[in-house]
Amino acid sequence: MTVGATLETSPERTSYLRAGYTLWSWLATTDHKRIAVLYLYSITAFFFIGGIAAALMRLDLATPGGDLLSNEGYNRAFTLHGVIMVWFFLIPSIPATFGNFLIPLMIGAQDLAFPRINLASWYLYILAGLFTLYAMIVGGVDTGWTFYTPLSTLFANGYVVAALLAVIVVGFSSIFTGLNFIVTVHKLRCPGMTWSRLPLFVWSLYATAMILVLATPVLTMLLILVCVERVFGIGILNPDLGGDPLLYQHLFWFYSHPAVYIMVLPAFGVLSELVTAAARKRIFGYWFIAYSSVAIAIIGFLVWGHHMFVAGESMYASAVFSFLSIAVAVPSGIKVYNWIATLYKGSISLDPAFLFAMGFIGLFVIGGLTGLMLAMIAVDVHVHDTYFVVAHFHYIMVGGAVTAFFGALHFWWPKITGRMYNITWGRITAALIFLGFNLTFFPQFILGYLGMPRRYHVYPPEFQVLHVLSSAGASILAMGYLLPFIYLLYSLRHGQPAGPNPWGATGLEWTVPSPPPKLNFAETPVVTRPPYDYPIKDPMSRE
Amino acid sequence: MNGSLPFWPEQASSHAAQLDMFILAFSVLVALLAIPVGILIFVFAVKYRRNKSVDRQHAPNRKVWLEVSWSVLPFLAALGFYIWSTALFFDLNHPPSGTLDIFIVAKQWMWKAEHPGGQREIDELHVPVGQAVRLIMNSQDVIHSLYVPALRVKQDVVPGRTMSLWFRAEKPGVYWMTCAEFCGTDHSVMGGKFYVQTADEYAAWLARSGVDLSLAASGEILFRKYGCSGCHAASSVVHAPDLTGLYGRSVALANGQTVIADEQYIQDSILLPQKQVAAGYGPIMPTFKNILGEDEVIQLVAYIKSLRQASWRVK
Repeated sequence: MTVGATLETSPERTSYLRAGYTLWSWLATTDHKRIAVLYLYSITAFFFIGGIAAALMRLDLATPGGDLLSNEGYNRAFTLHGVIMVWFFLIPSIPATFGNFLIPLMIGAQDLAFPRINLASWYLYILAGLFTLYAMIVGGVDTGWTFYTPLSTLFANGYVVAALLAVIVVGFSSIFTGLNFIVTVHKLRCPGMTWSRLPLFVWSLYATAMILVLATPVLTMLLILVCVERVFGIGILNPDLGGDPLLYQHLFWFYSHPAVYIMVLPAFGVLSELVTAAARKRIFGYWFIAYSSVAIAIIGFLVWGHHMFVAGESMYASAVFSFLSIAVAVPSGIKVYNWIATLYKGSISLDPAFLFAMGFIGLFVIGGLTGLMLAMIAVDVHVHDTYFVVAHFHYIMVGGAVTAFFGALHFWWPKITGRMYNITWGRITAALIFLGFNLTFFPQFILGYLGMPRRYHVYPPEFQVLHVLSSAGASILAMGYLLPFIYLLYSLRHGQPAGPNPWGATGLEWTVPSPPPKLNFAETPVVTRPPYDYPIKDPMSRE
Repeated sequence: MNGSLPFWPEQASSHAAQLDMFILAFSVLVALLAIPVGILIFVFAVKYRRNKSVDRQHAPNRKVWLEVSWSVLPFLAALGFYIWSTALFFDLNHPPSGTLDIFIVAKQWMWKAEHPGGQREIDELHVPVGQAVRLIMNSQDVIHSLYVPALRVKQDVVPGRTMSLWFRAEKPGVYWMTCAEFCGTDHSVMGGKFYVQTADEYAAWLARSGVDLSLAASGEILFRKYGCSGCHAASSVVHAPDLTGLYGRSVALANGQTVIADEQYIQDSILLPQKQVAAGYGPIMPTFKNILGEDEVIQLVAYIKSLRQASWRVK
């Protein structure tokens, strides 16, 4: 007892939040938990900047004439929205915050393998983020987040090269994070934490890290090629110099399609944790779920051509890419069916985190199956570059990845802060986000099939009813995203202390105090049991 | 605000009808895959709610046959649709013979069309009903994409390439034609009207918009004016390929490849003559890139295509 008390009060056992109060103690920290909190603050800021651009667009689209913004202003707004949301929110979101915070705790390690590289990745991210904001707000960029050539190289106005440089830099931040995760998972697992006992969240982030390390350099090289062509006039992408604009698209999607899995694989990992904790039950089909993450990471590299069915790609290449795109849907389907099977005979609590998980499953199923429609070439020829595609990828990235991010936030908030938030408000938020999201984006499927092209500031008046519905939904969605600000921040001061394990969940992260001490584990834990080892139920039990 | 709330786009071709049939049938499969998820998640969340007394014994952790069946069966079902959809797509890539060829030039931010008779129009396209039409498209600046929702077809137009798109409109009417690939500031207003007319109306429109010379006839004048005939005529002393019957034939290149002489090849040969040199000929042709206007290139291509009647002279 006395030994325990000394341990609790020793400097190493004080909470990571109390390990120092100066600004410098945060900015120079190498503690994975503090870096995760730094990331949480910064990606939240970028989420709201990107959200403001989205709100401007939805407001503008309420009338067919686009009365709020100019054509140029609208193009800049969607470029800012895309660039910020993709590279400065979605890609770092779950890995850099929850991955950073939880991987060492989940595998029984004291920190990531390279704590300084971890901090460096945050600085690169901030540097690139501020530079992007400067380029986009002061100069303005109107190429879309895809930077297609030759529009971006020869015809666009604004600070395109500056924005490209920022994307190159933030890519290194991704590579650092990915590298760190891979080495950590390989080398720092505590005794007994075998690959078959690894939490599925860690499996999914391991697969994500592989993509980060293998795909991001392709984008970096491509953007360097763009800069080389612009500065030295060497013909790579410009047809007038003997280059080929389609080379840009091939290389861009070779990164950017796997990037979709960078966004959604961590969300899958979050779901496996939320569903098991809510059902207090072992996961159904552990190995199917774990290997499906790896399968997605691999097949995800072989489907980029489905972005180019009407771009001038060979007909036979299109047929192959269409087939592979159908194949990549299989492992995602496996996961969804396994989560449902996990609920069977569970002991399900409708905590906010689980409501977000239910919302995720509903939205992801719609997003995934409409993706299967888009994989069918004849359908894509009609709806490519229309609102159908916009709706599809928002269902995956916002309905999927962002909903999972909010689910993770509501699940691990007590662990990160040590405080409980108001459960009722959490449930209301989950419901608002689900309803607002569907009202915003479901009408866009119809708009797309009717032929409404994306990136249109001015549109034919017959589409107005559906656009107004979508904008109305966006205002509900915005409320859903703003509410947590109030009750989560309120909980920091007034919330009940959460205790180490408020949800009764398994996993090493729930064995340490909330918030965790600066040094995660007083002694190295030894794992002797399988993951999600919830007790077997008694007959007719209430648990 | 328009009073009616549209839920389905107009069908102006049988391809449109077939694609709509496909999407409806595929939606049934999608519903079969999605609805059980939606139902079960609610059923389980209610039935197995915590603090509810219910049999929770013998919950399975794995069942391989179940895993395999819910992986493989949806995949096989999707493969059936894959074959159907790919067949529809292959049709879109194989124009029938005897198409009406219309040249399209895309540039920021307008569509320009040139009919075989020399008639031109901007941001409008008139086509006859029931006739297979092939658009031969080039871009002057960035990537554009010609999109007619009522036909359910679109094709990107990539600078430096000649792209083609064929369709057979089967219902007279006025439809929306637009640009689907983001092309800069005024992208959203780069579009216009697509007129499907009966044969009589189309003929009347051609006559109204008539010009003195067809594209090929204008091209023949240019062929002499720019000195093409000086080398490419059969009687020329310069060793240059005879162009009679060239269109559609396969051409052996100096680098050992073989290409079909389509519009892209002919246009490239005028603008980028060193790109693909015909086997047996010296790379002596100068480029006409900065000499010819876009209309003149189209007229020359149309003229060279028209030389197909005579049989190819065997050397």
